[in-house]
Amino acid sequence: MSTHRSIASRLWHDRTFLWACLIAANIAMLVLAVLIISIFWQGFGTLSWSFITHFASRKPAEAGIRAPLMGSIWVCSICALTALPLGIATAVFLEEFAKKSRFTRIIQTNIMNLAGVPSIVYGILGLTAFARMFGAFGTNLDTAITFGNQESLFYFRLPFGSSVLAGGLTLMLVILPVIIIATQESLRSVPSSLRAGAMALGATRWQTVWCITLPAAIPGIMTGAILAMSRAIGESAPILVLGGLLLVFNTPENLMSDFAILPLQIYHWAGKPQQVFHYLAGSAIIIQLVVLLIFNGIAVLIRQKLQKPLQ
Amino acid sequence: MLGRQKSVAARTLRERLIVAMLALAATFSIFVTGTIIVILTKETLGFFAFPDVTLGEFFGSFEWNPLLGSEKHFGIWPLVSGTLLVMAIAASFALPIGLITAVYLSEYASPRVRSVLKPALEILAGIPTVVYGFFALTVITPMLQKLTPAFGSYNAMSAGLATGIMVLPIVCSMSEDSLRAVPRSLRDGAFALGGTRFDVSVKVVIPAALSGIVAAFLLAISRAVGETMIVPLAAGGIAQITANPAAEVQTMTAYLVQIFLGDAPATGVEYKSSYAVAAMLFVMTFALTMVGQWTLRRFREEYD
Repeated sequence: MSTHRSIASRLWHDRTFLWACLIAANIAMLVLAVLIISIFWQGFGTLSWSFITHFASRKPAEAGIRAPLMGSIWVCSICALTALPLGIATAVFLEEFAKKSRFTRIIQTNIMNLAGVPSIVYGILGLTAFARMFGAFGTNLDTAITFGNQESLFYFRLPFGSSVLAGGLTLMLVILPVIIIATQESLRSVPSSLRAGAMALGATRWQTVWCITLPAAIPGIMTGAILAMSRAIGESAPILVLGGLLLVFNTPENLMSDFAILPLQIYHWAGKPQQVFHYLAGSAIIIQLVVLLIFNGIAVLIRQKLQKPLQ
Repeated sequence: MLGRQKSVAARTLRERLIVAMLALAATFSIFVTGTIIVILTKETLGFFAFPDVTLGEFFGSFEWNPLLGSEKHFGIWPLVSGTLLVMAIAASFALPIGLITAVYLSEYASPRVRSVLKPALEILAGIPTVVYGFFALTVITPMLQKLTPAFGSYNAMSAGLATGIMVLPIVCSMSEDSLRAVPRSLRDGAFALGGTRFDVSVKVVIPAALSGIVAAFLLAISRAVGETMIVPLAAGGIAQITANPAAEVQTMTAYLVQIFLGDAPATGVEYKSSYAVAAMLFVMTFALTMVGQWTLRRFREEYD
């Protein structure tokens, strides 16, 4: 028992533990350093402007990431446009309107559970619900109901197939719990005196939420949303289930276009046996990390600029 | 405001409509869970309806070879074993290091050290999993091969370590949050009784934050189980029961990737087997999350 230990032995424990702490913390830093250096080592040589503007190619020297980069942008935009309103609405309902009942507790537990579901399972859901629409319109795209001209921007069909719309909606399912939880936390941090003040002036509950609570919570919501989007742009398993590794030679034209995404292009190249494709994967990873860095930079900026003390 | 000119009745109606829409949005999440369960159940039943598949074989056989060989076997255990092996390697890397780093961050580190270490962990948390897969394949595996030639180009160890690196920030930041939530007065009391920093952190603060730490561990484990892009790149594709970290293994998620990449015709028994595997995966991660939630509720220490 520690009560019987001498001071010397206790101080020795203290020092040893501090060393363990320093080693553990340094392992984390070391791993990050090795990761970044090894990726730049492998990817920097093949990085060039034409790598970004060229389409995929069997010849490594001519290969580029234009299609997957544009595909990622399309899919993530759809994801953001659908996940943000839905997620914020859910969080506002749970935090500002719902009474503490069995129903709201079930929803809350359910959201925590959804946050833990592996993303590949969401892929299966997306494949069945969006790409095939439960087989309600036949089992292949030849029998799909179409609207508009295939080349036009407003071309639309049911079921969606392996299109950018299906991909974006599937990613929306993946990041919805993340956005809900982040929004709830930042709504909770808005002091209740602000709400009480608005209510005392005769505002209805919705007016309080719309004019007072939400504006006060915006920095937190934006930060959470951007972090969720940086998860969405790196997510590849659900898209893989949706359409496999699509070799695409054009950028998306409308919501029903086929698409590739950057992480899957990386997966495709990393899985090839030839060394030269690993270099290409390294270059694509550098682009991906730069995009992520921009996202995170914006999040930090918003956190610093917009966060005003409310107390 | 528009509402100012409107009558009270119109305002109440508008309010009701908005609340109804918000409630509808909130119900969507339940609808998502329901649909996942319905799809997995329906397709899994479809899988067991095939004549050469039985529930007894699924849980009783120790062979899984749906794609190769003349005789197909559908015993889930090799895939579960592969998943558990990778998960165990990841956990034995990430849990101790994550927890100790969290203690360091919350109890020892100066603000300057924090300002370097926290962003580094945030960057690690934001890196896409496919990048960790690439890292495992091109850096960790060659390193292991230099250490001992027993490691082939695909092995469980490499995938496990990469998965461990991936979940390390989760363990660290969640544990740190719960360590920091322990009130100052507890630490002050322990210091006043003559405790060293080690005594205070390990014997007072960690026990007080235990529910949060266990929840962090469970979340990290469930992430490791559901991880999909590292394992097919680094661990290979042979479904076998083994505890050897140098062996090539296939996890449940890696099998799903193999099927959905188009190795099987979409109507065959092999394709349908993926839904049974996905259902198993869903049940495992769901159970882990539920246990984590329960731990948080049941063992939370309230000090305020």
